[in-house]
Amino acid sequence: MTAPAPARAPSRVRIALPWSVRLERRLETPRWLPAMTTVGAVVVALLISGVVLALAGGEPIPAFVHIVRASFGSLGVISDTLVKATPLILTGLACALAFRMRLWNIGAEGQFLMGAWGASAVVLIPIVPAGTPSIITIPLMMAAGMLAGGAYGAIPGILKAVRGVNEIIVTLMLNYVAALWIAYWVFGPWSEGGFQLTAQFPREAWLPRLSDFADAIPAFSGLTVHFGFVIALVAAVLVRFLLVRSRLGYEIRLIGDSPRAARYAGIDVARTIVIVFALSGALAGLAGMSEVSGVVHRLQLAISPGYGFTAIIVAYIAKLNPYGVVVASIAFGALILAGREIQPSGIPAMIQGILLFSLIASEVVLRYRVRVTRRVA
Amino acid sequence: MADDIAAPGPPLAVAMRGIVKRFPGVVANDGVDFDLRVGEVHALLGENGAGKSTLMNVLGGLYRPDAGEVAVFGERVDFHSPRDAIAAGLGMVHQHFALVPTQTVTENVLIGLDRPRFRIDLARFDDEIADLARRHGLALDPRARIWQLSVGEQQRVEILKFLYRGARVLILDEPTAVLAPQEADDLFRTLRSMVADGASVVFISHKLAEVSRIADRVTVMRRGRVTAAGIPSAGTTPEGLALLMVGREVLETIERTPFRPGPVVLSVRAVEATGDRGVPALRGVSLDIRSGEILGVAGVAGNGQSELAQIVTGLRPTTAGSVTVNGDDVTNRPPREVIRRHVAHVPEDRTGVGSAPDLSIADNLIMKSYHDAPIARRWAIDTGAVRRFAIGLKERFDIAAPSVDIDARLLSGGNLQRLILAREITSDPSLMVAVQPTRGLDVGAIATVHRLLLAQRESGSATLLISEDLDEVLGLSDRVAVMYEGRIVGIFDAVEADVAAIGLLMTGGSAPSLAEPGSPAELVS
Ligand SMILES: Nc1ncnc2c1ncn2[C@@H]1O[C@H](COP(=O)(O)OP(=O)(O)OP(=O)(O)O)[C@@H](O)[C@H]1O
Ligand SMILES: [Mg+2]
Repeated sequence: MTAPAPARAPSRVRIALPWSVRLERRLETPRWLPAMTTVGAVVVALLISGVVLALAGGEPIPAFVHIVRASFGSLGVISDTLVKATPLILTGLACALAFRMRLWNIGAEGQFLMGAWGASAVVLIPIVPAGTPSIITIPLMMAAGMLAGGAYGAIPGILKAVRGVNEIIVTLMLNYVAALWIAYWVFGPWSEGGFQLTAQFPREAWLPRLSDFADAIPAFSGLTVHFGFVIALVAAVLVRFLLVRSRLGYEIRLIGDSPRAARYAGIDVARTIVIVFALSGALAGLAGMSEVSGVVHRLQLAISPGYGFTAIIVAYIAKLNPYGVVVASIAFGALILAGREIQPSGIPAMIQGILLFSLIASEVVLRYRVRVTRRVA
Repeated sequence: MADDIAAPGPPLAVAMRGIVKRFPGVVANDGVDFDLRVGEVHALLGENGAGKSTLMNVLGGLYRPDAGEVAVFGERVDFHSPRDAIAAGLGMVHQHFALVPTQTVTENVLIGLDRPRFRIDLARFDDEIADLARRHGLALDPRARIWQLSVGEQQRVEILKFLYRGARVLILDEPTAVLAPQEADDLFRTLRSMVADGASVVFISHKLAEVSRIADRVTVMRRGRVTAAGIPSAGTTPEGLALLMVGREVLETIERTPFRPGPVVLSVRAVEATGDRGVPALRGVSLDIRSGEILGVAGVAGNGQSELAQIVTGLRPTTAGSVTVNGDDVTNRPPREVIRRHVAHVPEDRTGVGSAPDLSIADNLIMKSYHDAPIARRWAIDTGAVRRFAIGLKERFDIAAPSVDIDARLLSGGNLQRLILAREITSDPSLMVAVQPTRGLDVGAIATVHRLLLAQRESGSATLLISEDLDEVLGLSDRVAVMYEGRIVGIFDAVEADVAAIGLLMTGGSAPSLAEPGSPAELVS
């Protein structure tokens, strides 16, 4: 046998190491890989965060323990975490639904605000007379929130469907319009004695909380988690059903993969764009309703610390899977909550950032294969 | 033992030994040996899904083999990416080109190279590239933008890219599937000129007739194995090659029942339409197709045939004229309206239009039936019914895939075409618009498709058959319409059609016997 010909040196990296590392484009992606890379990315993010913490003079392990304790340590904080997760789940679903069709709705924040406004209008205009029982008020508020958010979401949808206007720019700008719209109402017509907030809603307009049942079940006392969380979970199930088991879901997937094939299949792509944008807006609007009715109990300027933007990250991390959105939202809810407890409060924000980066980086692993080869001498 | 792989002696351009490549559920290459001599054109044949593209993707650095060795010019290689393969002098032209549509030919040729440093120098390269193209008989304007080019011209750009990089081995995966006969002849001339310069060419094809014309040697694959290795093509016949490919005799005898035309199904009247590049593509086309009739459209690609199919199926607006299906006016109606009137469509572009590559085979099979029972139950989709439907079609139409849940993009070219045909034919069409229905299919599958189209005809549906394969058009059609520059320049009874006259009309000449070019179809027959 003749001596093996020397392997062709890799084209670029030529460092005299016994190993060479290269990236190869993957043509086949194993089924288990996406889930594994997500888990791996989270682990890596925690490791990096730990190192950064240690370099900053902190003690990583106790810090992590503290974060976990601050967000999952007791029934009370778990409840608080779920309260934070609720608007994230709904806005995350809004993004995931639109992103499935490659509609880049980054206006969940604005649709959230409009939903909050619509729900508030039910009690503040008022549409129902004072003293109307919850069983009527709450569903009306939900409907109004979804309607307002949905209509607001339909605007970029219609512009894109009819005129081909780029939805990213429109949705982004509409976020500012919505914020100003809220400001107008809380400074003006609905202002409570000149303050930048409205009067508190009557009790009938509050989503029930666990603590409301403390009389019957004492363990529930002080638990702020409200019915909005159940609504969010139901929404996740419905969105998942919509995507995999409905005709509209099939159309969404088909358009998302190939608009030309969708047209060929007889799908009215323009109409579907408007519908999906409206649905996406309605989900975000429902989040706004749940927040004013379940947490704040009034409309005010600062009702969202950017849920609609965090939702984009949540949807992305969840790989647009509705159940993944629930899990990712709870994780982010925990980080938001821990941010209030931990000093310096930037730590959870940093972890959030590192998490995002490592998840984005993990995409490389999905698309490429990292190959470590022993160099033949 | 594969000792000879890097052996001395007259080096082979390429030597592949014992190549094994498995995919989930399939062994695409099962111990394949393949030799390419320096200065030869080597044809690679085989049924759909035999593993030809896989083998060449291994050679081109896209896949890594699970076992086996590759040597290029006597030197063992281990490619990690197409870039490595290009560095070793190998260039692979896929069926789907990787060009940037908005850039010029020159820019596309230079992509990925370090030159020129500055865009400003680009003009200097135009001449160099025009020169190279001319030397190899590739007619191309270096300043033209890719989107302005025909498929054949785009293919020339791909070839030029590798010539410019000094490729000594060129791999072409079904290059002639998308070419008109004239363009194929040009390609063969280019390949000959390259081979004369010492290059070597591997050439995948399903067209057996052209194999003996262009190839020096032939390798035949079947189900991941080689059934004939490098036999000289001089002694082969299309029938003999077909036997090696499918392992049994393939007799393509088209048996047509007598023509019994029924009522008019499709009626196109004085239709005008604009093409993708903004120029008129249809200039007053009129034709009728009756139930039980196959109307074949012959013509050189780019004379309006694609646009004709699109205006009938609602995918392209007309600027004048009317289209009716079974008496209903569907002019400029959305595609869904046309589909509802039982118009099936096998589109020309199977990956861009006819299928959604990242959806499963099952999802692709229900594209036309997801609206109706049993697939749909009101607004819900019955996933069980989808599976049963998909598995049924997969078996009936012999679509080779481990399951109906894998993505459509993993199908071999021919199997994807089968998927589309299966979906369209089972939609029980009253009008079938079939554009290049047998493109990329192996001989056995072509015979099957022809049988299916004839069965459609017999069951009383009307068929608009658009094909660049004149033999196919003449063999299947009851009447043949010839298109040239957006007009129908002649309609003939297929039985009495004069091939020479049709050929003349296709290229813009006029047939003396023709009374009134472009006149409605019913004048004949
Ligand atoms: N990336 C992949 N993942 C899974 N299966 C694959 C992949 N690529 C090819 N296959 C399967 O491997 C087999 C061989 O495919 P290949 O594309 O090599 O066939 P082919 O000979 O080129 O056929 P055709 O003439 O139809 O193009 C087929 O069954 C195909 O479905
Ligand atoms: Mg192939």
